[in-house]
Amino acid sequence: MRPCEVGSTLHYVYRRMARIATALASAAVVILSVTACGGSDSDESVLVLAAASLSDAFATMETEFEAANPRLDVEISFGGSSALQVQVEEGAPADVVAFADTAQINALVEGGFVGSPTVFATNSLVLVTPAGNPGGVVSLDDLADPDLLVGVCAPQVPCGRYASELLDQAGVEASLDTEEPDVRSLAAKVAAGELDAGLVYGTDVDAFPGELAVVPLPDGVDVRAEYPIAVVTESSVTDNADRFIDFVNSAEGQSILADAGFGER
Amino acid sequence: MKALRRPPWVLTVLATIGAALFVLPLVGLLGVTPWSDLTSLLADDVVVEALRLSLITSVAAAVCATVLGVPLAWILSRIDFRGRSLLRAIVTLPMVLPPVVAGAALLFALGRRGVVGEPLADATGLVLPFSTWGVIIANTFVAMPFLVITVEGALSSLDGRHEQAAASLGASPLVVFWRVTLPMIKPSLWAGIVLAWARALGEFGATITFAGNLQGRTQTLPLAVFVSLDSNRDAAIAISLLMVVVSIAVLVVLRGRWWGRTS
Repeated sequence: MRPCEVGSTLHYVYRRMARIATALASAAVVILSVTACGGSDSDESVLVLAAASLSDAFATMETEFEAANPRLDVEISFGGSSALQVQVEEGAPADVVAFADTAQINALVEGGFVGSPTVFATNSLVLVTPAGNPGGVVSLDDLADPDLLVGVCAPQVPCGRYASELLDQAGVEASLDTEEPDVRSLAAKVAAGELDAGLVYGTDVDAFPGELAVVPLPDGVDVRAEYPIAVVTESSVTDNADRFIDFVNSAEGQSILADAGFGER
Repeated sequence: MKALRRPPWVLTVLATIGAALFVLPLVGLLGVTPWSDLTSLLADDVVVEALRLSLITSVAAAVCATVLGVPLAWILSRIDFRGRSLLRAIVTLPMVLPPVVAGAALLFALGRRGVVGEPLADATGLVLPFSTWGVIIANTFVAMPFLVITVEGALSSLDGRHEQAAASLGASPLVVFWRVTLPMIKPSLWAGIVLAWARALGEFGATITFAGNLQGRTQTLPLAVFVSLDSNRDAAIAISLLMVVVSIAVLVVLRGRWWGRTS
């Protein structure tokens, strides 16, 4: 093929894309100017990076903390703990980190990225199926069935590490069909019936009411996740960060976590 | 044309910032690349399997996009029917749509509980999500628009006299399409195929949402980068570099004239 002809074709493609982009850009400008007018009147903000499994509990935490501290604006970014760890190492302007496993936070402590962590909640790993259990999963051993669609979290994220720990404890060689990058996408795919079974946190069951069924684990098979929280060393608002962490550890914060299904520290 | 005066400084400054936006991430990637371990990193099982899977699925997606997309482009450019503009908009939608949304939409349609997926699974036992077929479908979905608008553009600007001449000499419409139309748009067709293939190679969001992530079955190169970035950063960097090299190779082929031009 001759490059010139290809080039002119590309120009056509680009011209069309440019038209779409222009339309989108003008729409974005309108939206931005509208939101700028109605912007918040908060003086300072706290950016919290939190594990995906904290999504619901920390959304409530944000609302209640802002109600108690009207001058402070809390922003929370949820993701897999290990992805958040990388973000902090690469200099994300975060003030507080809250993870689902001590491994990631210990790495950050060693690197001097965060202050000393405290454990503020615990969680347990459970075996779930879609409501009605269409795959007929009755025990952990069924995860070895290659005909069932089985999902866990990727080994890089805490729930994936806990899952392999749990399967090791039970001596089950699971026949896996996917390793999801975070626990919420795994729970959502089980809830939607796209997977027959998955290992998620107990709190995720509460997050999908009526959509997930829990299958009891064998006696003696039990993995407990510990959730640490810490202030980011580079934070410019460490006192606000401390205030948020104090709130999480307060009776009010702890009752929000208990409501979301988290265990005691 | 007169010799170019010094370019206005405003344009120069903005263009420099614009160029830096593209150059800096590359420099960053090259800066952290563990050159001495590169070969052993790229020989890792995860990388080899992801590369194999990426090549298979992206080529398969490019083939699907061509087989289905060329007729679609032909219909869009040659047949006048109600709803043509709407169909054209829907066909180009995946170029604008966030890939994660595309993946979710595919799941709702073709998933085990999906509108089409459920009867399909009941009838044939074929379950598309979490399979290599799922990756190919997700890739085709996001890549085909690039082929369709490229080919449609070429068809629309084609001089119709050759096709008319062939038809007047007795060739059937299908023969005209195959023997006259397709050869005449060959350069654009190739451009469309390469664009679609490149888009499929880089696909991430729709794939991880619709097809999941499992080494050897659905974990393509971009997914391998994503999950390795957290735990094995050197491997993630090595794969990223591999993808940059492949992408540049594609662009060199496509935009050869940019490099060759000196005025």
